[in-house]
Amino acid sequence: MRTQKPIEFSGSCPVPISQYPHVLLAHGGGGKLMHQLIGKMFLEAFRNPLLETQHDAAVMELAGRKIAFTTDSYVVRPLFFPGGDIGSMAVHGTVNDLAMAGARPLYLSSAFIIEEGLPMETLWKIVCSMRDAVKKCGVQIVTGDTKVVDKGKGDGLFINTAGVGVIEHEQTIAPQNVRAGDAILVSGDVGRHGMAIMAVREGLEFESQIESDSAPVHEVVLDLLKAGIEIHCLRDLTRGGLASALNEIAEAAGMKIAIEEKSVPIREDVHAACEMLGLDPLHVANEGRFIAFVAAKDSDRALQILRRHDVSENAAFIGKVVEKSAPLVTLKSAIGVQRILDMASGEQLPRIC
Amino acid sequence: MKFLDEYRDAGMAEQFARELHRVTTRPWKIMEVCGGQTHAIVKFGIDELLPKQIELIHGPGCPVCVTPLEMIDKALEIAARPNVIFTSFGDMLRVPGSTTDLLSVKAKGGDVRIVYSPLDAVKLAEQNPAKEVVFFGVGFETTAPATAMAVYQAAQKKLKNFSMLISHVLVPPAIEALMSSPNCKVQGFLAAGHVCTVMGYEEYFPLAKKYRVPIVVTGFEPLDILQGVLMTVQQLESGRAEVENQYARAVRREGNQPAQELIKKIFKVVPRKWRGIGEIPQSGLGLNDEYAAFDAEKKFGVAESCVEESSECLSGLVLQGQIKPHECPAFGVKCTPERPLGAPMVSGEGACAAYYRYRRRPEAIATK
Repeated sequence: MRTQKPIEFSGSCPVPISQYPHVLLAHGGGGKLMHQLIGKMFLEAFRNPLLETQHDAAVMELAGRKIAFTTDSYVVRPLFFPGGDIGSMAVHGTVNDLAMAGARPLYLSSAFIIEEGLPMETLWKIVCSMRDAVKKCGVQIVTGDTKVVDKGKGDGLFINTAGVGVIEHEQTIAPQNVRAGDAILVSGDVGRHGMAIMAVREGLEFESQIESDSAPVHEVVLDLLKAGIEIHCLRDLTRGGLASALNEIAEAAGMKIAIEEKSVPIREDVHAACEMLGLDPLHVANEGRFIAFVAAKDSDRALQILRRHDVSENAAFIGKVVEKSAPLVTLKSAIGVQRILDMASGEQLPRIC
Repeated sequence: MKFLDEYRDAGMAEQFARELHRVTTRPWKIMEVCGGQTHAIVKFGIDELLPKQIELIHGPGCPVCVTPLEMIDKALEIAARPNVIFTSFGDMLRVPGSTTDLLSVKAKGGDVRIVYSPLDAVKLAEQNPAKEVVFFGVGFETTAPATAMAVYQAAQKKLKNFSMLISHVLVPPAIEALMSSPNCKVQGFLAAGHVCTVMGYEEYFPLAKKYRVPIVVTGFEPLDILQGVLMTVQQLESGRAEVENQYARAVRREGNQPAQELIKKIFKVVPRKWRGIGEIPQSGLGLNDEYAAFDAEKKFGVAESCVEESSECLSGLVLQGQIKPHECPAFGVKCTPERPLGAPMVSGEGACAAYYRYRRRPEAIATK
């Protein structure tokens, strides 16, 4: 019943996405629509071997040294939320993207797009939060940019950060390096950031306050590397949650992945809030969690190291890479039956009843 | 999680499954009416624990799916108007109308907002006196009390800028319509627990008697559903056709009476068209004359349209339990959650969405 209006093309390059004539919010939701947009538009237009690895950060050689380079934009409403704010998140997120390439984060840029009318005090609070976050992460903001847009043309404040880090080991950490038999570890309970934001934004009140998991994870990754853990791939869990991250890796590596629902740590309050709204915690956003694909022989040792750090004290083994195959993620349900764990389509929409 | 994990216990599930294998001697077709149950069945793989002779047929209990195309088009038209704040439950937003969906209307500048309760829409109307706030009142008996309360509150507050586009539907007339169809293969029903939380289950007695079918009021967790199926099969095997209550921890025979009174005060029973099924007499709720001022269809004078459903979409047969979602030729090919032909592919309670999400490649899931 969906009739398509013909799209007017100009020049010789047709718009590669014909299904939606306008960008939807769901195109940024971390699900299939976003991956379609990235795959068909951005990847297609900018294609090169570094981009094609589709890793959280690009890894390249520069003047004889291996470095990692990444960027991320931060748009969050409200600007302050339980467990963090847009400023600390903008630092942690980019530091974490570098960490996912196994890099030691060093330098960040920070670009501010500020909406006219934002209270100076609010901006200062965020800047102070960023200052504290970079100090804690051991990185420096070394360049930046400032733009102010008309009132109503921005959501208070948008921040973009880019980051550079050095790679001081010989391992190749990338989706393409995932092997059959690899153990999959998650660094902690999932779904907290998304539910913390939703609770504040929608005025939902639960018995306990759910705090975001926003935190830097590079120290623990560097520790894993120092201990000689054979890491094949790392991926931080952001929008789209654990389900998106697993599907992205399965896709990029051409592998079948099997996980167990019962092994995935989820806090009780997060679980309850998700049940109430009809959301799946495996699809909900995180800001301080990652998954590690490690050689099976190193699985136990890696877990021990993860659990020594505060940010990953609840780390758990959740499943393994089964075999080379058409990309697929399966999940063994609570009552012991296998099913597909799919990537969400777009945004998660709360259900009717 | 307390009060949840108890109902998802693998050991208990196995016990119910064993008992089902023990008591089942013949093939039986049982319909779970509610889409919430369909999702639980497919998500947890409950049907795979059942004896091969038992087939679960997925019913029409997805309010989003049965909301007629004409009504969605009306919603799209109202939502696109300037000065309107159009509010809806989340899973209505991606349902395709005849040309577009609410998310696309929003992307083009329409003020479309997700609310968690119709009362939030009333609040919005109070806060925005210069705007017209419209709520898309969709759902079964479960959500009807909340919709009714919103109308009641708006009337108490004398709000002139609040109205509702109503497409509420009722379960018992749908069961009756299915049972009286000559193609009906259903031999027993799992009635929707949450609907009965509000309405009780007295209205199912005449149906069980007239059509000689067991009806078991059933909850939504894996163990609830397994027990509901077991109770239905036990009745079928012993030749009984009774109304039983599996979901006694939430449902009382008489239901929630204050909620029922509120529904009666605000609504009257009207004929309603079900998408994919057709018009069913006495199967919907419409505003009582006293509250007609809150009727968005009247207020905005949206024209009655007559639109054709896509001939490629077999959601009507899916909703009636005639075919399984993956038996539709468009399933997963021309029809996906990103590009749906029909509502059951996008709704959180739609059977097509459940099959697509959890088992569209059954051959690949089996572990070696």
